[in-house]
Amino acid sequence: MVTQTVREALRDAMAEEMRADERVFLMGEEVAEYQGAYKVSQGLLDEFGPERVVDTPITEAGFTGIGVGAAFAGLRPIVEFMTFNFAMQAIDALVNSASKTFYMSGGALGCPIVFRGPNGAAARVGAQHSQCYASWYGHVPGLKVVAPFSAGDAKGLLKSAIRDSNPVVFLENELLYGQSFEVPDGADHLVPIGRANVLRAGSDVTIVAFSIMVGEALKAAEALAGEGINAEVIDLRTIRPLDAATLLESVAKTNRIVTAEEGWPYAGIGAEIAALVMERAFDELDAPVARVTGADVPMPYAANLEALAKPDAERIAAAAKRVCYRD
Amino acid sequence: MTAAKRKTRKTQPAKAAPAAGAKELGRYLREMLLIRRFEEKAGQMYGMGLVGGFCHLYIGQEAVVTGVVDAMDHEDTLITGYRCHGHMLACGADPRQVFAELAGRAPGVSKGKGGSMHLFAVDRNFYGGHAIVGAQVPIGVGIGFAHKYRGTKRVSVVFFGEGAANQGQVYEAFNMASLWQLPILFVIENNKYAMGTEIRRAKAGTELFKRGDPFGIPGEQVDGMDVLAVEAATGEAIARCRSGQGPRLLEMQTYRYRGHSMSDPAKYRSREEVSKMRAERDPIDQVRTRLIKGGHASEDELKVIDREIRETVNQAAEFAQESPEPDPSELTTDITRDATGA
Repeated sequence: MVTQTVREALRDAMAEEMRADERVFLMGEEVAEYQGAYKVSQGLLDEFGPERVVDTPITEAGFTGIGVGAAFAGLRPIVEFMTFNFAMQAIDALVNSASKTFYMSGGALGCPIVFRGPNGAAARVGAQHSQCYASWYGHVPGLKVVAPFSAGDAKGLLKSAIRDSNPVVFLENELLYGQSFEVPDGADHLVPIGRANVLRAGSDVTIVAFSIMVGEALKAAEALAGEGINAEVIDLRTIRPLDAATLLESVAKTNRIVTAEEGWPYAGIGAEIAALVMERAFDELDAPVARVTGADVPMPYAANLEALAKPDAERIAAAAKRVCYRD
Repeated sequence: MTAAKRKTRKTQPAKAAPAAGAKELGRYLREMLLIRRFEEKAGQMYGMGLVGGFCHLYIGQEAVVTGVVDAMDHEDTLITGYRCHGHMLACGADPRQVFAELAGRAPGVSKGKGGSMHLFAVDRNFYGGHAIVGAQVPIGVGIGFAHKYRGTKRVSVVFFGEGAANQGQVYEAFNMASLWQLPILFVIENNKYAMGTEIRRAKAGTELFKRGDPFGIPGEQVDGMDVLAVEAATGEAIARCRSGQGPRLLEMQTYRYRGHSMSDPAKYRSREEVSKMRAERDPIDQVRTRLIKGGHASEDELKVIDREIRETVNQAAEFAQESPEPDPSELTTDITRDATGA
């Protein structure tokens, strides 16, 4: 094990895969000479040169389409969005071209590409820079959608995403980039797409979260333990394909589930999990599914309002107590 | 990648077509007739309900794809929008499989799952029919990016209509294609009407061959109703792309005889305008006249060719009609593939 930040783990994942496969290249705004807007691509230009670490103009629709075309032609592009907010300019290329062409061509033309960058709210950057896209991309058949929390998962999942022959949307989080975790050594560390991870075993209530909300879920579980509630915490890690088996197994044990996400409630990931549990584990439930989500408003700028809009450990713990009928 | 300095050739208006031999003319005739008869049959079958959804016919524009593909090297790639039946046939795809796709049948090129607007022949370097106007342009530039990345001499030929030439992503793609000196030939098929909107109602500046100028992409206007002119201009442009001189643009002035799609009665233009174009500029008639005037073929010989092609097309339509619909199990295949691409 080595201690690494999420930022370093992501960089290492790209560097290792670029060393192993010449078809892999990175493109995006400020990825090369500037070393990444958030320094995720630090050092890659020096090692791989400007042919494989490609600075693009600020032109998301254009360079995303170029990435998709390069993938159609057999390369394995990593397209970095400075943030996923800007990918809205390019969402047609992801949804209509990258995700559907394999189907529309009857399996003749696939799109092995990774779209990555920070997703969700950072801090005090207002409504247009603070949005979670998990539900948007999770909605689309043909895409895989990944949203890791720890550095180890970030590295292992990004390597799997780069090796995957399908389009993968890889949702990072700016506030996690600087956080340190233990990461398994070596270039063989892979985490499979589509598998959730039980981070903390428990018997009274299941808390399922992804990305930065996993940290809040763990804090909530800690607080609940002090009140005699033994919470199981599941890091979803992959949004699509959803690891239903792990969720259902946990609910069969705890009979209660709380979902936590930064995104809006309407048609969110929590809504999807609630539907899954209702359809496939209805008889296991001792309480209705509880959703903890971002407030159903555009993200405000004022510090107090922003705090009110973002879910946190306290709200997750309160929801857990509610489903345990302990509030 | 770094931007290279180079001289930009002055953008050129259309020039006269060169001469061609009997063999060449005969080939063009067959290729264009195949598209014409295929499309006529597709229109007919649409009326009978065999072809569903949207169906955009290429009738009138046959010289464009025929001349361009003829000038391409067999390793070069092409991509286009939704008006893609002609491009498939020009690439040599089996008309039976193309027709089966239009009909949504199992032996279709996309197993019946793509339809008229999503035809692909990757083994023939055709990267498809894409139905979001203009989206194929950056994708085609990406294919050219891959050609250069791999150190090949292949050229990516990117077709789009004059309607798509207003889309922002087209100019984003122009910018990067030129900045990175990618081997791209942009082919604008200017058929004068973006659905029902005549070019002058939608464009500030209708000289589309100049639209690459701000990006240092030399352009040329070509008589897109004359297959020889198309072939000659394309050959020259592709040679420049291949030699590492960056992208080129050709504006093919062409015309579609039918509506935008089968559901369009084309009331935005006069019957006289269409008849005049058919009578005076038809790409197939131009080649027929050359063959006869040059003493290369008789009327009777040309009739035999037409009959053969009609037969091929009838067989393709029959094949489509007789083929089964996709197995219900196909509903959920080809969504994702094994992680390894197997």
